[in-house]
Amino acid sequence: MNIETIPLQAFLIVSSILFCIGIWGLLNSRNAVRVLMSIELMLNAVNINLMAFSSYIDNNLIQGQVFTIFVITVAAAEAAVGLAILLSLYRNRVTVDMESFNLLKW
Amino acid sequence: MSIAVTTQIICFSVLSLVVIVGALGVILLENIVYSAFLLGGVFMSVAGLYLLLNASFVAAAQVLVYVGAVNVLIIFAIMLVNKKEDLKPIDNLKSRRIISTSICLTLLSLLIRVDLSNVWGLADPNKSIGEESTIRIGEHLFSDYLLPFEVASVLLLMAMIGAIVLARRDVMNEDISTGLPVDQELIEKSSEPLLMKKN
Repeated sequence: MNIETIPLQAFLIVSSILFCIGIWGLLNSRNAVRVLMSIELMLNAVNINLMAFSSYIDNNLIQGQVFTIFVITVAAAEAAVGLAILLSLYRNRVTVDMESFNLLKW
Repeated sequence: MSIAVTTQIICFSVLSLVVIVGALGVILLENIVYSAFLLGGVFMSVAGLYLLLNASFVAAAQVLVYVGAVNVLIIFAIMLVNKKEDLKPIDNLKSRRIISTSICLTLLSLLIRVDLSNVWGLADPNKSIGEESTIRIGEHLFSDYLLPFEVASVLLLMAMIGAIVLARRDVMNEDISTGLPVDQELIEKSSEPLLMKKN
């Protein structure tokens, strides 16, 4: 068996697993900080996908890398705003339990 | 990339193992401080994967932004809100776990099936620009991606102002309605829950 390089599918599978781990954490975490961490994991999975496609399919123009830069920018902004929201929630409720954030529950 | 294929495969295996085990640790560990530091390890390994894909600039940006900014921000948030509390038990926790796990596993199997069964139109590896990707990214950012680049700067400004407005404490010396001096203690430490009084 002669492998010239790492197959594209290997990167895709790693990013799929990482994305599903992120979704599981998003659905099952009760700590609001951990929910934010899960979102970061999912964003990283998407970034790995973009980078792999950019390197294997679009290896001359590499537009996927530009997209990754933008995703990293948006992720940084999202983390800052998310943690600020978390702080003000904690001030009002004195807990970080996701189950107690039910102000908008009908 | 000029390193041998065997080395690449070994690097890839180790990095993916660290990514997946670290991510599992992030969501499964009880102590959230361990989760935060493991998250930093996951971000570093993802940067290593980017290096394997000939993207040194994005790897550097990943380390600077994720490990240097986002992870530090998360650790700060943990230090601000870290309170030992006994979580209220939920009624149907077990069925929730079963449903969410089955959803995730189904999604995972679908994604892996797509990954493996699709025929990807791979480009010629000899045309790859390799280590000159930083130059190409710069060209993109100042020609065809100029508008998104500028909009991203506005987005960062908005996020910065929004985060400050949301997270700051009121620093007035006296209460507006009563005129009494305001307690300037850290609100995170000692305040009555405002919205839970009706319970």
